[in-house]
Amino acid sequence: MARASQSKNRKRSSKAPRPRARKRVTPSEDQLLEYYKDMLLIRRFEERAGQMYGMGLIGGFCHLYIGQEAVVVGMQKAIDDRDAVITSYRDHGHMLACGMDAKGVMAELTGRIGGYSKGKGGSMHMFSRDNRFYGGHGIVGAQVPIGTGLAFAAKYKGTDGVSLTYLGDGAVNQGQVHEAFNMAELWSLPVVYVIENNRYGMGTSVKRASAAKELYRLGEPYGMPGEQVDGMDVLAVREAAEKAVKYCRDGKGPYVLEMMTYRYRGHSMSDPARYRTKEEVAEMREQHDPITNLSKVIVHAGYKTEDDLKKIDKDIRAVVADAAEFAQASPEPDSSELYTDVLVDA
Amino acid sequence: MPIDILMPALSPTMTEGNLAKWHKNEGDEITAGEVIAEIETDKATMEVEAVDEGVLGKIIVSEGSENVPVNEVIGVLLEEGENAEHLTASETLASMSANAEIRGQVVNPSVDTAAVAVVPSPRPKGSEMKSIGASSMLTVREALRDAMAEEMRNNENVFLMGEEVAQYQGAYKVSQGLLDEFGDRRVIDTPITEHGFTGLGVGAAFAGLVPIVEFMTFNFAMQAMDHLINSAAKTNYMSGGQMGCPVVFRGPNGAASRVAAQHSQCFASWFAHVPGIYVVSPYTAADAKGLLKSAIRDPNPVIFLENEILYGQSFEVPDDPEWTVPIGRAKVVREGSDVTITAFSVMVGHALKAAEELSKLGIEAEILDLRTLRPLDTETIVRSVKKTNRIVSIEEGWPVAGMGSEIAAIMMENAFDWLDAPLKRVCAADVPLPYAANLEEMALPQIGDIVRAAKSVCYAE
Repeated sequence: MARASQSKNRKRSSKAPRPRARKRVTPSEDQLLEYYKDMLLIRRFEERAGQMYGMGLIGGFCHLYIGQEAVVVGMQKAIDDRDAVITSYRDHGHMLACGMDAKGVMAELTGRIGGYSKGKGGSMHMFSRDNRFYGGHGIVGAQVPIGTGLAFAAKYKGTDGVSLTYLGDGAVNQGQVHEAFNMAELWSLPVVYVIENNRYGMGTSVKRASAAKELYRLGEPYGMPGEQVDGMDVLAVREAAEKAVKYCRDGKGPYVLEMMTYRYRGHSMSDPARYRTKEEVAEMREQHDPITNLSKVIVHAGYKTEDDLKKIDKDIRAVVADAAEFAQASPEPDSSELYTDVLVDA
Repeated sequence: MPIDILMPALSPTMTEGNLAKWHKNEGDEITAGEVIAEIETDKATMEVEAVDEGVLGKIIVSEGSENVPVNEVIGVLLEEGENAEHLTASETLASMSANAEIRGQVVNPSVDTAAVAVVPSPRPKGSEMKSIGASSMLTVREALRDAMAEEMRNNENVFLMGEEVAQYQGAYKVSQGLLDEFGDRRVIDTPITEHGFTGLGVGAAFAGLVPIVEFMTFNFAMQAMDHLINSAAKTNYMSGGQMGCPVVFRGPNGAASRVAAQHSQCFASWFAHVPGIYVVSPYTAADAKGLLKSAIRDPNPVIFLENEILYGQSFEVPDDPEWTVPIGRAKVVREGSDVTITAFSVMVGHALKAAEELSKLGIEAEILDLRTLRPLDTETIVRSVKKTNRIVSIEEGWPVAGMGSEIAAIMMENAFDWLDAPLKRVCAADVPLPYAANLEEMALPQIGDIVRAAKSVCYAE
């Protein structure tokens, strides 16, 4: 069992155990390969975005998701087309996991008309109603009440939809997060709060920022169950996600998942990451990389050989290369776009 | 094809840096994500990670090199099956010049700042409806309630949320009776949590509902400013038009009586500053009802500024539930030939009383009820000034960067040649509103202030 906070029946001991491997339903070969490809697409996309940023093709802020891929991919496998997703500004991985086209995402990063926001939003502000992805929000914590509002609408309309509302460990100290938790439990709203604990809010570690160290327990005073999950293990994430989504879908109210994860890159492109040791980063990459570890599972099970996986990697690199090419070939928005989309035409 | 390794930038403003160290030698195998070099600027040191895998075929810029331009080829990676013979000088040179071209395009974007002009947001469509049929005397409070009730009957997706709106029937009794008719699914008491429920309302609107979010007073909306501006007003633009936000934020604005500085403030010019929202502030009960109905039906966020003192005042209101007032239209509420007076909300009443006094002095004032503050009805204001050649702007807010300042700018840009006197502003005193009765009266615009200002622009002193 992962650490669980069951505040409703008050059976939790004060010192919960560390997460350890659990017995789980073995995913099929197809599922494993799907997870692998989805994570690899995000990894390769982000590496390319970092490279294009270095070439000056992407401006402003650019927050890469490398290292955290298992979280969105595992969560996404537990939802369907009734459900909505919203996150903060480290959002490229979420968009790809939601099925948004790599070309449109990359073209938004380069500020071109072919981007999801026609080049007007950039890295932090991208949306796709068709894919039920509600952004892409640049203000830390702001997506949490908004995501709670998505859950409110689902309940109001009776759609059985669930809102996956992602936030980082840095966001949990924003007052509005707690305001949203309170209303979500008060009104029994179907929202899973996915706290992606990558250990640092920009350059400040969780222990230097948060008096509460066990973030999965932050919903406890409101009566919300919470669980800590190995966010580097896509299978553990998927299993926790299914449980949480079912809880919400059954009308029991909100749920907190704390994903223990790690970003390999700096907070943004201009962050040299001096607040952590090289050994710490190396240990995570070498021991806990979600993609490498899943590839071992796949090879060990005899589903694919190393060479097969290389071929998959090559295909994914081609997808990303196409996206990068599209993002450079797509024109900048026409000057007439400056004044469009300020308001919706009545 | 060998892959060029380029000098990366740490930030969009970096143009060059030092190549401090190579972690790999020529001939070494490299996997994607591996650190291959370190670069430094005066601000930071950064590790360069390999984007592709292969063999480091050639180091072109050696370690210790200083002032290496961003995007210069610093090394070449050979893919599987390639060897050093694939590296020809011509290839490398060609790719260097190609990259220089990219840099030229991207780092020097052509921004023509001179082309940025003042283009006001368009007005919503719709024109003034002539009221036909019966009308009734209603208070502003009742008119607002009726507007919400009618639109909630019309559209299942419309709901009301706010502090004390349901069981308590509204802190100012504006939502009286709504809980009984619509139930607690659609009339929702919130905790005292403005930042939270404003964000929740924005999310519900993104998902297709039409929230009416009541602020007990707009003073408390400052807790929620981030969601009003960053979430509600900007998201449609930032999403390239995908994320409309059909929401109404309403509640009393401006000074009440003797509640002092934190509870007495006009937010009209604050919100009117922001593209992506409409700002409405009616005076009569008929306009309150007709404009609130338009606001609820509009697919955009609307800031709807009411006034506590007006809630109990009665006006004729058309009975027809399909009668609405378009957003973006000012109204001439008194015709006159000598001076234009613009006002909104409770100040329209002051202006009308001042006009009576001015009339006794032989000055006929034309009173414009602005009704909508964003977009301002420039056309109606300018048309009136072309007739009267003089203008006084009244507002309960502070003078600096207020609505009057905006109207003054509009006069300069659109009516300069028609003015016979400089515009005069009547505003709140430039101080936090005091509690003491005498000081409070001094701080807020009074009828006498308006009379004096009108006489002054008519040179009638």
